[in-house]
Amino acid sequence: MAELQDILTSVLTRNGLITAFVFVGLLMAFSYWLSARLTGGRLEGSAIAITLGLVLAYFGGLYTGGSKGVADLPLLAGVALLGGAMFRDFAIVATAFGADLSAIRQAGLVGAVSIVLGVVVSFAVGACVALAFGYTDAVSVSTIGAGAATYIVGPVTGTALGAGSDVIALSVAAGLVKSVLVMVGTPFVAPLIGLNNPQSAMVYGGLMGTTSGVAGGLAATDPKLVPYGAMTATFYTGAGCLLAPSVLYLIVRAIL
Amino acid sequence: MVIFGVALLAVCMLAGMISGEAIGRLIGVDANVGGVGIAMLLLIMLSNLSRERWQLNVTTESGVRFWSAMYIPIVVAMAAKQNVIAAVSSGWLAVIAGVLAVVVSFALVPVLSRIGRRDG
Repeated sequence: MAELQDILTSVLTRNGLITAFVFVGLLMAFSYWLSARLTGGRLEGSAIAITLGLVLAYFGGLYTGGSKGVADLPLLAGVALLGGAMFRDFAIVATAFGADLSAIRQAGLVGAVSIVLGVVVSFAVGACVALAFGYTDAVSVSTIGAGAATYIVGPVTGTALGAGSDVIALSVAAGLVKSVLVMVGTPFVAPLIGLNNPQSAMVYGGLMGTTSGVAGGLAATDPKLVPYGAMTATFYTGAGCLLAPSVLYLIVRAIL
Repeated sequence: MVIFGVALLAVCMLAGMISGEAIGRLIGVDANVGGVGIAMLLLIMLSNLSRERWQLNVTTESGVRFWSAMYIPIVVAMAAKQNVIAAVSSGWLAVIAGVLAVVVSFALVPVLSRIGRRDG
């Protein structure tokens, strides 16, 4: 019996990516079953699957003490590869196949505006919260503000400005909260904010900016909108890394 | 052949990533600026062009469509590997900053969409 278990573990671990296919396949099958049985199809199966993924990631982290959710379990290490940036970006690019070029052209300008506005607004909100919590130095306030943009902009800004590692960790956490909330919340707010056409999807992607959040949120709302939202979202982190440690930091310093 | 589609997709992604990296270097930012977005534009232009000039073979197309269909499972895997513990247990500052940023951004979506529609 112990030998059988040994064989099983060894095979599943050595073929991590394949095991990840099975894991995600089972998780989605269960989610679609829940969707049909419990919600009569009202709550999209993919939305349930993404939420369940996050819940499992929580318990995975609780159990292993690691930072990669279920992927810290040796058996499920392949999930980190399947859900990593390489496959994610590859699949996002693939969704663009057959997207409507004229819709993108039409929303091009407002899409660009939404990116800059999205960075500035999130930064300002994060900075105000940092102030409310008693941070008064421009470097910390700017780093936390940048973290409210995305969890990449935060540490990039913090490192550039020489912020303390505790503040950088906070900025990453703020960005993580944002991305998790966008993933889970988008399907629920979508009807309220008119998120049902390519143009609003581009605006949404530009305002939210978190690639993983937007990717998950749109997948759970309407997969047809994915290419439009993802397109603007991928420019957001770059814009944030550009604006936060420079113009936005200088403004904060001038005000404080 | 299916691999032609997969290779076409891969070329678009790499070309986009390289451009994004180069733009980042040019403007002095330590990040990939819009690499995925540029890759998507490339693929969209190729697929729009192909309808007029050269028809992509159905099998070739299926190489791209497979990865497009794998998108949601990949996102589910991405969700399952997030550092949710850090997001939840980092204290109120991070939670409030994250939540407020999302709420304000959500609220701005209809405002900007409306402006865009008026211009268009």
